[in-house]
Order: sequence, then structure tokens, then C-alpha cells
Amino acid sequence: MIQVSALLTPTTPAELAEAVRSQPRVLAVGARTKPRLSQVPNGATLVSTRALRGIVEYEPDEFTFTALAGTSVREIGQVLAGKGQYLPFDPMWLEAGATLGGTVAAGVSGPGRFRFGGVRDFILGVRFVDGQGRLLRMGGKVVKNCAGFDLPKFFVGSLGRYGVLAEVTFKVFPAPAARLTLKLTTSGVEAATRVLMDAANSRWEPDALDLLPDGKTVCLRLAGPAPALETLSREVLTRWPGQALSTESAEAAWSEVREFRWAHADGVLVKVAITPAVVPSLDALARSLDGTRVHVSAGGNVAFVSLPSSVQPTAWHERLCALGLSGVTLRGNAPLWCGVHKTAIASAVKQALDPQNRFPSTDD
Amino acid sequence: MTDARHRLAALLPPDRVLTQPEQLAAYESDALTAFRTCPLAVAIPETTDEVVKLVRFCYQERLPFVARGSGTSLSGGSLPVADGIVIALNRLTRILRLDPAQRIAVVEPGVVNAQVSLAAAPHRLHYAPDPSSALICTIGGNVAFNSGGAHCLKYGMTANHVLGIKAVLGTGEVVEWGGASREHIGPDWCGLFNGNEGLFGIALEITLQLLPRAECFHTVLAGYRTLEQAGDAVSAVVASGLLPGAIEIMDALALEAAVAAVHADYPPGCEAVLIVELEGPRETVALDRVRLDAIIAGSHPVEMRPARDADERLAIWKGRKSAFSAVGRLSPDFIVQDGVVPRRRLGEALRRIGEMAREAGVRCANVFHAGDGNLHPLILYDGREAGALQRAEALAGRILRMCIEMGGSITGEHGVGVEKLEYLPVMFNADEIDCMMRLRAAFDPHCIANPGKKFPRAGAPALQQRGLHPLEKAGVLSRE
Repeated sequence: MIQVSALLTPTTPAELAEAVRSQPRVLAVGARTKPRLSQVPNGATLVSTRALRGIVEYEPDEFTFTALAGTSVREIGQVLAGKGQYLPFDPMWLEAGATLGGTVAAGVSGPGRFRFGGVRDFILGVRFVDGQGRLLRMGGKVVKNCAGFDLPKFFVGSLGRYGVLAEVTFKVFPAPAARLTLKLTTSGVEAATRVLMDAANSRWEPDALDLLPDGKTVCLRLAGPAPALETLSREVLTRWPGQALSTESAEAAWSEVREFRWAHADGVLVKVAITPAVVPSLDALARSLDGTRVHVSAGGNVAFVSLPSSVQPTAWHERLCALGLSGVTLRGNAPLWCGVHKTAIASAVKQALDPQNRFPSTDD
Repeated sequence: MTDARHRLAALLPPDRVLTQPEQLAAYESDALTAFRTCPLAVAIPETTDEVVKLVRFCYQERLPFVARGSGTSLSGGSLPVADGIVIALNRLTRILRLDPAQRIAVVEPGVVNAQVSLAAAPHRLHYAPDPSSALICTIGGNVAFNSGGAHCLKYGMTANHVLGIKAVLGTGEVVEWGGASREHIGPDWCGLFNGNEGLFGIALEITLQLLPRAECFHTVLAGYRTLEQAGDAVSAVVASGLLPGAIEIMDALALEAAVAAVHADYPPGCEAVLIVELEGPRETVALDRVRLDAIIAGSHPVEMRPARDADERLAIWKGRKSAFSAVGRLSPDFIVQDGVVPRRRLGEALRRIGEMAREAGVRCANVFHAGDGNLHPLILYDGREAGALQRAEALAGRILRMCIEMGGSITGEHGVGVEKLEYLPVMFNADEIDCMMRLRAAFDPHCIANPGKKFPRAGAPALQQRGLHPLEKAGVLSRE
């Protein structure tokens, strides 16, 4: 499907702009942890951000940093941790080498998005190259700004179809003093869904709230000063049966989620936007397609669905659309979008940012 | 154009199309009171279908329209245009859905901000963004201007709480983006729509995320001899790793005003008062408050007053929230700026604002969101005095340029509107402005949706405007 005609590796934003201008069809790639996003039907010159890396500015007192798009989220996490700070949305594919630019363009947030929001809630500004090859700055470098249009948010989930990210500015938070993960066991998906809803509305302010692919184990993470977490966790465990995990077990459990080790290595992986109420229906759908696994994250607001290669993507798509849900395929051979409708405004905005269709079509 | 008014009259019952000068007078201005424009007519839809019908009519007629909620924009965002109509959304006040299990509310654009939290309160939920005008401003206006409030560092702005938008665009196209999920698929259209300042179209239905009300609060008020000391206290709090829900500072003039207006009780002899608030589960707050109180106590306050109960907390906030209107009592007129500077440069920024105000012979009060570096200098003037408004605007301009030089922004939460038209091209270069104009044209090719806001109306950015406002030069505006 993919035709790679060349691979350009610019080392500065200006070189990135030049690379875009030099080719009629261009698609930016980072570490390729979500390979379906760069499989385009008519081919394109791939521009890699692997040499476009490094933290440009980090002001711990301001709760902000700016980094080149190819910087790995792992490196960023380490630098932030050195100052007691973090990106609260838990960037995914940390060990796999995911880049900051790819994280924004794919619009994928981890379990921590539950408490304070996802990529869209922490992005403050971008420098990007538009379809005319111009290096442009939008948004700002301060935590509060509403001058101009909020293109930085628009780029979250835009898959490089409207522009190529050169540099991104993010808001960060002080890391909580401690974390404590509870594994809650329920009788099945209906009961687990009620736990998601009740815990989300509780006084505990959970930090993460995920339902594991077994459809009945809820992982609830608390964050804050350690003595407070002990009291809160006792109250949670009085409400539902379960156990508190040791630091090592908790890290292993969240790393399994973050690196998608629970998913089929060679199958299709789809991100689906959901609400807690549809979790049981989605679970039933998964059961109707043999071997399909579902990981529900962010308190029932996003599901990652892994299909084994034996399942026909068309059958999956029909059933997902029947539930009125929409999704984007991150890995494997399945249509890119599901349940996403064409609008005149999407074509008009594509035309505005990329008049020569230098970047791949928004359709696939 | 008279014909357009006749055809407009056919769209709605006669009592909902206003054309008489005495009827239009109430719509001539918003909270940027120095500017007034009389529109051709005011249309008052009662349903979202009527809004769509009106926008499509405007598209066919190439008739400019300005959507208006409660008219609280401080940047002149809902200032009418002389050759266009105002679409008043105050009757679209239905909360269409309130779902405590999913923690969302779906509202029409005319719903008042505070009404959302009021409706959610029985479920122990609330809507987080709380601009000072929350009791009257509407969600439609909040979305259009991406409004903020006192809790933005921790909770973000309006855009961070909008999950879904159904809108009619400047082309008449009706779109639906996002929905009840906190996640979205594809580009974040809702994020882009927030803060469009009415240039993309009109939001018809807005899905808001609701958050559980914090179980416990700890609010501290501390008075300082100097603004620098208050600024240093903010730095110490931020460096401690605590994440307060709000960090606010008021200066001497703002304090004087609040004392006069609502008999707020502040420590005497202070040049600055700092308010810091923690929130969360009671166990967390119990531990964090000890750390916070120790940091404040060590920051050389004249006096420190932790709120001992809910009433004392409300009293602290009442003084803060009334500061704007209180300053209004000190002076016949004022301009509120809302530039942003990096937090570490707050002290320097305030010192320079003080110097610039003295040089200009203009009084300036400061009430600001210290946690996120969002300044709110209130520049006082008497509009009846020759040249006073010009001096106030000149000072406002110098403050905005200082914010840009410091690496900040010309607006944190009020928007560009007509007020900061000159300064957007200072913050962004010509290619970037061109990109924004192309985007705007995609949503509104005829340039009929709130024309003359954010960008000068003629089209090309005015890079070095001096003296008269661009709209004033064009003869579209008049001042009091």
C-alpha cells in the first residue's frame, strides 16, 4: 500500500520547511509507533522528524516547555521528572520511542488524561509548516493565551494532513508526591461500568480510571500526598473488593497499558471515542468478534480496540458504526476512519492550510 | 439595505425584529463602553432553527451579522456593525440535557454561565470556567471568546471544558463536532472553534464537561507591604510543587475600591493582597494546607488570614470578584487590559506598568490571575475630559507591547475584539496573519460573521496603526 519514494531528515524547523517545499507530496513521520497513520494510498515523500529533536526551552517556574517535534516523550518525561514535573496525560508508547509531534498529530492520550485532560488540554503553541511550505507560529508560550485562532488544539488528531509540526509548547504540572494504584474486581462489564461512573463522581478525585481487557478489572489510581492516599484507598476498598498494588506491580500494570502489550502484536488497533454508558455494548461487540480485546481508559471516555488478524475489519467497522461510535485506526490493515463524516468545512479548511494538497488527503 | 430589513422582517414575528432607533439603542455597545455602533436591526430568535434561518439569510444577502449574548465582552466582541444585524441569543436559554452519570450538560448558547453550575449542583457537579461576569455572561459568548476565570492554571479555559459543538457557520453549513465523550476522533474542531470571536459562525448547542465539586477548600488571604513581596510569595508557592486552584493578587488601588464598594475587610497598609486557594479531598487538603500556610508565613506578609469557614472563604472571594465594578466607582470610565506575561516576570511587569502609568498621568489599578501571569490592569479615565481616552488607550497599547516583548500574549481571556486589532499583527507575522485570514475565509467566505473583530475589516492586516481605531477611520464607529 505504501510507496516510499524518499526519506528526508531535516534537523531544524527551517530545514523542515525546505523539505516540505521540495516535494509535491509530503507526510511527516516520527517513530512510526502508529504505522497505519502514515500508510497513504497514493504515496508521499516521508519526512522524518528523527533528527529534529531536543528541548528548546524549559521553564519549570512557568510550568511550560518547548521541544522540537521529534523529541521522544520518554526524554521529555525524564527531563520534567528532574524538576518534579510531568505531562499529566501520560504519553503512550514511551518505551517504544513515541515522539512528541506524533503524540500530538495522532491525538492519543494515556490513562492520566482522566484527571486533568488530554493532549488537547496541555498543548499551548506550535510552530508548523503549512502546505505552502511556510513555517508559522500559532498559540503561545504562556499557560494562558487566546490571541488568534487555536490551531494548536486543531492539530491534535490531525494526522499530518493539514500541516507538519516542527515544534510544540506544552503546559506541565508539578508531579504528585505519591501514587497508589488499586485493582478492583467486579462481577462483569455491567458492574465494572458502574464502578467507572461512581468512582468518576466520587470525592476521591482519581488520577486514572481504566477497565482492563478482561472486562471486569478496574484500575483506579490515586495521586497526592502519601498519607492521604492510604486513607482514601481504604475507603475505596471498603466500597469495592480489590487490592492495592505495590509500586513495582503498579508500574508493570500501567506500562502494559502504555505500551499496548495487551494488544495483538500484528492485528488492528483502533482508538474509539466513547462514553461510559456504551462500555457494555462495546464489550458485547468485542465478544461477537472472536479474540477481540478492548481496553477502556479515561473513566470510560476512550477505548482502544485490538482485533486479531483473523477478524475482518469490515465486520468490525459495520458494528462500530451501528453503535454510533467513531474511531481511528492506529495499526494494522483497516480503513483509517470509522464513523467520521465528510463535511464541507473540513475540505475548506484543508484547502486553506494546504491549497496544493501537498499533504495526504484527509480521507485516508 | 432597507429591502434587506423588509426581507428580514418576514423571517420572524414582528415583535422579534427590532428596527426602531430607541429599540436598537440597547444593543449599540457591550462592556467596552467607549465604542458604540447602531446596527441596521436586531433579530431575536427563539429556536436554533431560527438562528440557522437567519444566518443563511445573511449569507444569501451578504448581510453582516453579530451574535450577542449578554453583551459582557470587554474587548468589544459583540459591538454591532453599522451595515449589519445583531442576532440576540438571550432567548435560547434551555439546558437540553444534564447527565450526572456522564458528567455533561448540553446547553443552548444563551444559557448563563452560572446557571450551568446551579443546575449541576444537586448532583455535586459544577462547570469549572468562572469568568468574573459568570452571573450574567452566556456560554455562547464564553465559547466565542474562550473565556477564562480565576482557575485557569489548574483547570484551563472554556475550550478545555467544551466537548461538543453544533454550530451554524458563516456559509450556512450546520456542523456537529465531538459530543459527550471527553475524547475526540480526527482534528480537534471544537478546540479550533473556541475563541473564534464570532468569525466562524454561531454555536447552537454546546456540550460541556462537568466536574465533581471539590470536597474541601482551603483559602488564604495575605497582605504585603509591596507588590514584589506578593509576587515572590507566588513564586514560592509554585516552586513548592503544590497545585492551587487559584492564585490571585489585588494592588492598593483595587483594594481601596473593594473596601469602598463591598466593605471588604483587608489588612490595612498593604500594597498588595494575595489570595491562594487549595481544593481536593479533605485528607489531601489537610496535608497540603500545612505546607501552604508555612510558605505564606515565610513570605513576610503583614498579615495572613486563612479562611476558617465557608463564610470567610466567600467573603474573600466576594471582595475579589467585585473588584472590577468596585474600581468602576473610582472613575467614570475604565479600560480593562488582559495581557499575559511569563509568571516569573510578573513583578517586573507590574513595576513597569506603574512607571508607565505615572509617566502618562493615568491611574491604573491591578487585579490579576497571578498563577497564570494574566494581568488585568484597569486603566481609569474620564471620558468627558479632552484627550483622556486617548491617553488611556496609549497606556494600554504600551502595556500590550510590553507583554509581547516579555514573550507573553496580548490577551489571556478577553479576546482581541475591536480593542486589540492593532496588536494581533505585532504578536504574529504577516504569514501567520495570512494563515488565520485563510482559515477565517474557509468558515466565512463572504466575511459576514462579526466582521471587523480580531482582524481589521478591510482584509489586509494593519501593521502600524496609530491614532484613530481602524473602524473609526472607516467611519463605522463612533465614540461617546
